[in-house]
Amino acid sequence: MGGFKGGGLNMSISIRSLTLNEYLLPGNASCPGCPASIGLRMLGKALEGRYVLVIPACCSTIIEGPYPKSSYGVPVLNIAFAASPSAAAGIKAGFEVLGKGDIHVVVWAGDGGTADIGMASLSGAAERNDDIIYICYDNEAYMNTGIQRSSATPYAAWTTTTITGKSEHKKNLPMIMAAHKIPYVATASVAYPLDFVVKVRKAASIRGMKYIHLHSPCPTGWRFPSDKTVEVGRLAVQTGLWPLYEIDHGVFKLSDICKPLLDKRNRKPIEEYIKIQGRFSRISKEQLAELERYVESLWNEIALMIEKSKMSEGGC
Amino acid sequence: MLKQLSWLILLLEVVELSYILPVSKPSEGASGFTGIWRSFKPVIDVGKCRKCLLCWLYCPEAAIKRVGDDYMSVEVDYRYCKGCGICANECPFKAIIMVKEG
Repeated sequence: MGGFKGGGLNMSISIRSLTLNEYLLPGNASCPGCPASIGLRMLGKALEGRYVLVIPACCSTIIEGPYPKSSYGVPVLNIAFAASPSAAAGIKAGFEVLGKGDIHVVVWAGDGGTADIGMASLSGAAERNDDIIYICYDNEAYMNTGIQRSSATPYAAWTTTTITGKSEHKKNLPMIMAAHKIPYVATASVAYPLDFVVKVRKAASIRGMKYIHLHSPCPTGWRFPSDKTVEVGRLAVQTGLWPLYEIDHGVFKLSDICKPLLDKRNRKPIEEYIKIQGRFSRISKEQLAELERYVESLWNEIALMIEKSKMSEGGC
Repeated sequence: MLKQLSWLILLLEVVELSYILPVSKPSEGASGFTGIWRSFKPVIDVGKCRKCLLCWLYCPEAAIKRVGDDYMSVEVDYRYCKGCGICANECPFKAIIMVKEG
């Protein structure tokens, strides 16, 4: 089990209870306002340094910095795109043989490395139920190589390879992982760091494959000012485009932040989220209506899953 | 076999001591003093600060330091602050303002 000081696992935590130690050191190569940096900092504070990072090619390999210095305060294995979950499983097996099973192995991969290129080995690791934590920080395109479309790019968003807006919807990765019947799946957002910390600690206390999908608004690729990173992330949650939930051993649980959003009237209009971002500057009325339909169907599914979880808890 | 293995481990240790292995060591400023990237700098108005620590929580760079006896006051490390402005945008009491550099 985790063994965090003063930490009940389902308890909500305060900012003051987080450790003062930093595991992402200042002076790294991230862009100003980088969401991955917020996520990496919070990951360090959640696990308090007892982890090893496995990072496939993504922005985070750049943030690490050039030899002979590293801006991560923990050991990092840089590995090829499609190999990260298998490599992490190998490291964990090694730790267990050495009697260091309490060190967590965390894969920190972008949406391209998860939804497109790393999908096969991720699915394999999920099927074998390897004891790793997989965190996908989702900035909704290949930002590191110059904003190319990925399968996690949302509908109607501009990228350098979809100049008139993407014509397909975002791949629903957390639900794909939930379909593997792994012990723990959760969604989080960089705008709610304490929620993310609680979810990482909960994942760390469970044995088996854990998957956390972290929504990360990227100022460079989404074309908004660098001071709006957290604001855009919060709007994505409040408009209902990015629901926060966890699926713990098959039981669906909507996070407290999102509970009021089940009622359509409590959701903010999508225009508020769209108008800050340059990548949606050419969106048409039809495309906006399609996005609204998408949000509606997303929340209908969630309402169904809540019903189903209630039934399975009360019934057999 | 075991003897050969122990020799190998010894050799690896010697190689690491002479810094031939390409292993990066954790250190601040892996990409230099990133404060020079900044065009706007955050200035904290200590009088307005209510010590909620949201700026410290959201700073992507870990450039906001907690100082004082109880670590409840905040201070910007201008050597590394990239001037993204998230702290000023998120401060609920408007105690941080962005001032143009130079």
